[in-house]
Amino acid sequence: MLKRIGIVITILLATCLLASQAGEQKRFAFIFKSTGNPFGEKLMEGFKTAVEEQGHTAILRAPDLPTAEGQISIIEELIAQRVAGIGISANDPDALQPVLERARRAGIKIVTADSATNAESRDVHINQADPELIGRVQVQAAFDMAGGKGDIAVLSATSQATNQNIWINWMQEELKLPKYSNTKLVKVAYGDDLRDKSTSETEALLQTFPNLKAIIAPTTVGIAAAGKVLSDKNLAGKVFLTGLGLPSEMAEYINNDVCPWMYLWNPIDLGYLAGYASVALADNSLKATPGSSFSAGHLSKKEVINASDGGTEIMLGAPFKFDKANINEWKTVY
Amino acid sequence: MPGPHEIAADRPFAWKAFFFQWEWILLLVFLAIQVMNFHLSPYYLDLAHLREEAADLAWWPWLTSLIPAVLANWADVTISFLDKSFIVFPMAFIIIMAEIDISVGSTVALSAVLMGLSYKAGLSMPLAMVVALAVGSVCGFINGLILVKYRELAPMIVTLATMIIYRGIALILLEDQAVGKFPAWFQNICWGYLGPVPIMLLAFCVTALVFGIILHRTTFGRQVYAIGSNPVASLFSGVPVARIRVTAYTLAGLMSGVTAIFLTSRMGSTRPNVATGYELDVIAMVVLGGVSTAGGRGRIIGTVISVFTIGFLRYGLGLRNISAEYLLIIIGLLLIFAVMLPNLRPLYTSWYSARHPRRQ
Repeated sequence: MLKRIGIVITILLATCLLASQAGEQKRFAFIFKSTGNPFGEKLMEGFKTAVEEQGHTAILRAPDLPTAEGQISIIEELIAQRVAGIGISANDPDALQPVLERARRAGIKIVTADSATNAESRDVHINQADPELIGRVQVQAAFDMAGGKGDIAVLSATSQATNQNIWINWMQEELKLPKYSNTKLVKVAYGDDLRDKSTSETEALLQTFPNLKAIIAPTTVGIAAAGKVLSDKNLAGKVFLTGLGLPSEMAEYINNDVCPWMYLWNPIDLGYLAGYASVALADNSLKATPGSSFSAGHLSKKEVINASDGGTEIMLGAPFKFDKANINEWKTVY
Repeated sequence: MPGPHEIAADRPFAWKAFFFQWEWILLLVFLAIQVMNFHLSPYYLDLAHLREEAADLAWWPWLTSLIPAVLANWADVTISFLDKSFIVFPMAFIIIMAEIDISVGSTVALSAVLMGLSYKAGLSMPLAMVVALAVGSVCGFINGLILVKYRELAPMIVTLATMIIYRGIALILLEDQAVGKFPAWFQNICWGYLGPVPIMLLAFCVTALVFGIILHRTTFGRQVYAIGSNPVASLFSGVPVARIRVTAYTLAGLMSGVTAIFLTSRMGSTRPNVATGYELDVIAMVVLGGVSTAGGRGRIIGTVISVFTIGFLRYGLGLRNISAEYLLIIIGLLLIFAVMLPNLRPLYTSWYSARHPRRQ
């Protein structure tokens, strides 16, 4: 009998010890916009990897409809669970503010990724790609494809699009480097992110500039339209295409050599960085003030900078490259 | 359950009949969910943490410190689901009359959008809230008016049409934008407390009481039941059917306006796509509360228990981080169970009497 009591006490003590150890382990949640989104699933996969790499637990949630109301209920449940940090891809920039303020008062760190909330609701935003790198890397790609000389053109979205213009400015900066002495940017055309206008602008570029070697389309609509025109005209190998495109739409043109490679952000890395930022904020090794930096696993050192909306953000870095080697794996993802 | 043809006052009180009512079963389900939540998650009502804090107290002070804290946390949870539950009461009226209103979600959106716009246009916030209530009431009144004028139209079709129209107007007014930047105190309508009790829980209790009295203690309420049991007979017995129907739909609109206020306060801003699918949540709560879709039967107390049952079920499963799809399935199953149960009883009694023939 005494022995049995002894065993029971040992088990009780052991569970208490285990429980107290479990208390050391923090829990981090990520809330995507809604369930059943392949991009979101990759993002959450990255978040989970990052959190578990550091010995914590990840909770992955998403409402059944892409609404702010659904995300608010989930955040309330996570506050009650005393999670250490919440990562979120917001369905509305402002509507989550009351509940996120509640979460922050409870000491929970808020990191946004993919879709930011307003600056007052979050600690830090993970920006998918650095505009400087996006601009420069596309010019480098066009240069390599064209074989180091010839005319290149840009097919943009609308002439007022803020992000497009920032990227084009960085492209022009890159072109000032001496290695581009034989490369000339002949025109920036605007397809307004409309299929038909992008198509006719591409055709106009081909007619006006017979010396054209490469087209850079830093917009998913433009690059797909240009891919269609170049394929229809059998210009693969003569005029090259690169830019920012959706793998699912561009797989065809990458496989038929019209577009040897292109870029977009990698959702897994985006989630991974959000995971590392959440953990670093929660254990106070990172402050959400510009200039503070931390080590983000295989992404190495990252720094907090000022964001254009008045808050702070962390840049994921160079955009992700899609080519023949990996496009078939990614085209089903997003 | 007594049919409407029996006069309640004539029957002697029967224990078995009293306890074999849907509301008691629902109460058991509700209690079971509370127990389940405690077992599923150590974070439910923050019990583990509270126990830890009070661990070194003797049992009496331990109890006196624990119980109010648990009750306060319990009241806290209600904030997460009460915003849409104001519509369940007029919806119960409508379903008791064997009708339905599926436009309430869109009415919430339109009221919220117009409240936001009128505040943006320079109206004071209290006045903007009155605008929300007025818009909701007008939307409901229009539903009722169409149904009364064109009696051959089914409520399902009419409110389906206005559901699309009201949402459409909200979309035209705001497109894909949001309105927000309300005064700071406005957040407190949803998130605030009056003493230890959330304002929204208090408002819900008062609303439940008012609607309970209307349905169970007034002529209006009895006429609602009469219409649900037999609309034609009611009409010929001098029941003002048209007036009561219009009133019920207008109340549904008014309560949608109330929900719009609480929801907007909860989100701090509003846009035309808010409250999507609220009509289904509300109808589910009413039906689970024992209101018969065939009309003539149901009580306010049932819908109140049902609101808390679904609310705490969602919350408890959410604490376990169960994914949204499973949550929908579980609530759907509960609903099927609720709808089927009244049909199971006659089945059981006929099976039972076949097995045990009564000796004469």
